[in-house]
Amino acid sequence: MDTDVIIRVEHMTAAYEDVVLLDDISFEVQRGEIFVILGGSGCGKSTLMKHMIGLYQPAAGSVWIHGRDITTAEGSERQKILSGLGVMYQGGALFGSFTLLENVRLPLEEFTELPRDALDGIAAMKLKLVGLGAALHQVPAEISGGMQKRAAIARAMALDPPVLFLDEPSAGLDPITSAELDRLILRLARYLGITFVIVSHELSSIDAIADRVIMLDPRVKGIVATGKPAALRASSENPWVRQFFNRQPPPDVV
Amino acid sequence: MVRMPDGALELVIEGRLASVTLTPVWRDVFDALARAPVPRVVVQAGKLTHCDGAGIYFFMELRRRQQAQGRAVDIRDFPPDFQHLLDLAEQVDSERSAEAPSSSGFLEETGCAAVRTVEDVWTQIAFVGELVVALVQAVRHPRHTRWRDAWLIVEKAGVNALPIVVMIGGLMGLILAFQSAIPLRRFGADIFVANLVSLSLLRELGPLMTAIILAGRSGAAFAAEIGTMKVDEELNALTTMGLDPVRFLVVTRVMAAILVMPLLTLFADLFGLIGAAIVTCSLGYPLITFKNQVLASVHAGDLLSGLLKSMVFGLLIGSVGCLRGLQTRSGASAVGDAATRAVVSGIILIVIADGLFAVMFYFIRL
Repeated sequence: MDTDVIIRVEHMTAAYEDVVLLDDISFEVQRGEIFVILGGSGCGKSTLMKHMIGLYQPAAGSVWIHGRDITTAEGSERQKILSGLGVMYQGGALFGSFTLLENVRLPLEEFTELPRDALDGIAAMKLKLVGLGAALHQVPAEISGGMQKRAAIARAMALDPPVLFLDEPSAGLDPITSAELDRLILRLARYLGITFVIVSHELSSIDAIADRVIMLDPRVKGIVATGKPAALRASSENPWVRQFFNRQPPPDVV
Repeated sequence: MVRMPDGALELVIEGRLASVTLTPVWRDVFDALARAPVPRVVVQAGKLTHCDGAGIYFFMELRRRQQAQGRAVDIRDFPPDFQHLLDLAEQVDSERSAEAPSSSGFLEETGCAAVRTVEDVWTQIAFVGELVVALVQAVRHPRHTRWRDAWLIVEKAGVNALPIVVMIGGLMGLILAFQSAIPLRRFGADIFVANLVSLSLLRELGPLMTAIILAGRSGAAFAAEIGTMKVDEELNALTTMGLDPVRFLVVTRVMAAILVMPLLTLFADLFGLIGAAIVTCSLGYPLITFKNQVLASVHAGDLLSGLLKSMVFGLLIGSVGCLRGLQTRSGASAVGDAATRAVVSGIILIVIADGLFAVMFYFIRL
């Protein structure tokens, strides 16, 4: 197997009961790349991500992470795969009764033996990296939606996992914070070699960070384009992909 | 870890320095420095292959602790990628960070609790006023009330609660009769079991037990439903549409609770008497004796006073359940807290109201 492939999705079909969302899709994510899953609302981007992290079981096919099939792994093997992943959910999914510091400290507490002052220091550093140094001791309900999102990113990278999944990281952030976040993602990818799988439809952010995108189209229930964003914008054969990248509405019927 | 001739401590760190492998390094280095401080720490980091955020924090902390004592750290051959991260982390670290909030003392806590209690009573009084206005409006303009919702709640809080009410009522009659029959038999007065059980069931235990069941089942459910709606901002949506949450959500639930309580109480009374009848028959008395004894000892007033009480209990359970739901704060645990508070407040109010009824009935000789 190619050692540079960190995630491989093979002939996967995703369905909610009888409704097929994604039909027989296959792709690979290379080590250290920033990989973006792109598509319009409701095309199954988040669903695909949840299949990739083993939350949902595919109707057919398999998902390989670090050479292990997450769809069949159980018990300690599954735990091992999951401990190498960090996930940020769309709504943040922070624990409401914990402060931000406690939220980020939780995975460190559970998976390392570090002394308390080190745990606090590392958690505070992660939160400062996403610009939340002033809100360490607040609970999620006391901060804005954008801040919750950044705190969720800090929690996802608490253990610096080799693969980070981010579901709509820059949605709801102001342009400056969004640009800061993009810079942080680029730095982590470059310096630590972290692989990012990002679900997004923020074109400006995608242009800035993405090494490669795949584009999902609900009409074909699969991938309609793969490549660098600039190349797809300029010369994709699919008119819908070009419209998407150039923010054009569909042709007017009237 | 080597001590050099000039008193400096030389550390050679190789391989991966990550959150899961950092612990022994952290302990060794900082324990050694705490035991015997050195003027200078030299870190040979040339063979470091991986250094994640936790590792970066280790270097930052090492530098901070040494600098706090006026001592130096010299990191040599640090790979440039990790140096970038260290620079970034030190840059953000210099920004302001929040202090941990100080915990308040006993006196302050007590004062806060007292203020909260007074505020809570105040809120309840205001809520009663709001509810009364809404109920009066619902009676005056019945077409504006959402009866379909009310009927659904009647089904959930009433019909679905019937099995447990019947079971508890029956068992209560059975147990009460059996326990009182043993001492009464010593005086040859065991037929008076029928008097004892029927009177206590109809006047006290029937309404009270039914109310406690309703508080546990439906009071908590009302609080959780409305609480979840509040957390999801559905209440804000109602308010901005110009719909009053009290009229829309509370009136229907309170009306349903007032309606189902006397009906459930009737069933609890009936099955309690059946339970008592079973015990009396097993003591050797025919059923007709039990019936005559019951009819001679209880009057319509006993039954009606119990049913009146049960309606008031229904009002209390429904309204306090909804109030606790409306008071829900945000967060996952808030809905649980609201449900707990609904049950506790409901039961306290039931017991207080029951005491007041006892005094009132005594004075009007009912």
